[in-house]
Amino acid sequence: MTVETKIAKVTGTAVPIRGNDIDTDRIIPARYLKEITFARMGEYPFYDERFDSEGKPKSHPFNDPKYQGASILLVNKNFGCGSSREHAPQALFRFGIHAIVGESFAAIFAGNCVMMGMPTVTVTSIEIEELMKAVESNPRGVLSLDLEKKSLSCRERQIRFDIPDSYRSALMTGSWDCTSMLHANLDKAKKAAAKLPYMTAFKG
Amino acid sequence: MAKGSGRTLYDKVWESHTVDILPTGQTQIFIGLHLIHEITTAPAFDMLREKGLKVAFPERTFATLDHIVPTDMRARPFLDSQAEELTQALEKNTGQFGIQFYGLDSDRQGIVHVIGPQLGLTQPGMTLACGDSHTSTHGAFGTLAFGIGTSQVRDVLATQTLAMDKLKVRRINIHGALSAGVYAKDIILFIIRRLGVGGGKGFAYEYGGSVVEKMSMEERMTICNMSIEGGALVGYVNPDEITFAFLKGREFVPKGEDFERAVAYWSSIASDPDAHYDDVVDMEASEIEPTVTWGINPGQAVGILEKLPDPERCSDPEGAKRAYEHMGWKPGSPILGTPINVAFVGSCTNSRLSDLRAAAKIAKGRKVHPAIRALVVPGSAAVKVLAEKEGLDRIFTEAGFEWREAGCSMCLAMNPDKLKGREICASSSNRNFIGRQGSPGGRTILMSPAMVAAAAVNGKIVDVREYV
Repeated sequence: MTVETKIAKVTGTAVPIRGNDIDTDRIIPARYLKEITFARMGEYPFYDERFDSEGKPKSHPFNDPKYQGASILLVNKNFGCGSSREHAPQALFRFGIHAIVGESFAAIFAGNCVMMGMPTVTVTSIEIEELMKAVESNPRGVLSLDLEKKSLSCRERQIRFDIPDSYRSALMTGSWDCTSMLHANLDKAKKAAAKLPYMTAFKG
Repeated sequence: MAKGSGRTLYDKVWESHTVDILPTGQTQIFIGLHLIHEITTAPAFDMLREKGLKVAFPERTFATLDHIVPTDMRARPFLDSQAEELTQALEKNTGQFGIQFYGLDSDRQGIVHVIGPQLGLTQPGMTLACGDSHTSTHGAFGTLAFGIGTSQVRDVLATQTLAMDKLKVRRINIHGALSAGVYAKDIILFIIRRLGVGGGKGFAYEYGGSVVEKMSMEERMTICNMSIEGGALVGYVNPDEITFAFLKGREFVPKGEDFERAVAYWSSIASDPDAHYDDVVDMEASEIEPTVTWGINPGQAVGILEKLPDPERCSDPEGAKRAYEHMGWKPGSPILGTPINVAFVGSCTNSRLSDLRAAAKIAKGRKVHPAIRALVVPGSAAVKVLAEKEGLDRIFTEAGFEWREAGCSMCLAMNPDKLKGREICASSSNRNFIGRQGSPGGRTILMSPAMVAAAAVNGKIVDVREYV
């Protein structure tokens, strides 16, 4: 593992996207899943909310110059519900988002984020409202997420956040890109498989 | 029940598939069956090549085409060059890595969640992963089945394992008996409405109770399919005689004495009678009406005779307001009588033979309303053949439905089957998200296949109980 893969802090300006249950079809419409690589996904997050049918920009935080360059996304409940498409976190990441702070995240979405080295951390409803208001009134204010301390700083304010221990560990130790870790256990996997009756088609 | 000391199916399958505890604290889980399709896999194969890795267990992965498949003109090359490119990539990748591929020329092609069970690939007591959130469908067999992202597809290809955290288990009992005109789809919409679209977060849902115990496998698949719409990564039903009878004789199911041994194993992995559950929820089937969605997520649903809710009385008032804004409707209006433009019977939720029979029963001898575009898309090539043997295709075409080839079609509109503009679609699919059916302004009303057929012939939402 190289040092750069260890993610202990994310620091930057933030952008709020309000609303519960923001689904993956909204984050990235299915038609963009027809592209054969993730390379251009950064052009498409929230496409149908950001652009009209003629491609003209609409009012949306991702189009708003005051949030330009933001790397921390603030969201409400059950963000990323719906499809398993990794294109959704890929689109956000390639757009420039490197961490998401919210009230809660859908399971597959949060798992996909970790696999890409992007922390999803949770705070209370009151705290997210406080953060969103702070960012809306001062969009150039810098937020800093410290995974070691499980603490988020916004100006003078320190807010403690939650993140599953395994996600935190994977990010901080750089094992979020876990193929090599899993692959090192291939012999163990083969042994475990050999004990499963269906792997031998139930032959007596 | 929650206080028992026995183990759930989830506990047993998790333990039997545990390879190791990883340094992160996650568990490395062996994946018994991996299903892939053309959309979420191409970058995973690219990552394998970049890392110089092989597919560890090529015989445990099966591939088909479903998401982008045109359901009318299937001649190659496809008119959509991106669809053609993805298809060629899957053909190349499966060939290069030695993976079984069921393409359009195969009688085994179809929606990945329809063909797994149909071929007997899906079996009780397995772990099953696929780059599609509706993989929970396979839980109907007592399989631990879940959707994964592309990086995880890469990990399964490279190692046949995943790094996972264990879930809690919520038992959901449906007591009593269903009345005529109420289907498995209505039950799962009712459950999601009751528990919320995020209510299942952190849980596997175990469905049981007298209603589920009497259900056919296809009905159980409909319920398990939409677990993820309730926020639950996994949904399952304990395997029983109905499960074993469904599996017997299928292509990949053991035969003869091996089948007997399989049944013994499958029986052993069911939840113990005194299993411990983290939560138990009880619901009465008599309370469940034909249920339809009115908003922009599957939890925004009402019984067919109810009025649309006051946003301030919804669990998420802002979300309800946004739904009204998109749908263009007013609180207090009836959903009954809502005019529709399109009717779609299909998707991994409701495209199996029993779904098509239920829709055909309503369509028989009737005509699709002249203003309505109606299509029936069977879930697999095999479902299509079986339906045609029974003459269901003729019932549909005589009524004015289009009878199509197998695929995901208008559930997510990655093929040419799309809504236009502000069209309203009565749909047997699983998501009513904004833009889901291919038009940013399009509107989706989820319901059972019989309700879709009844809406198609009336040109508006009706109560299917008047027809059964």
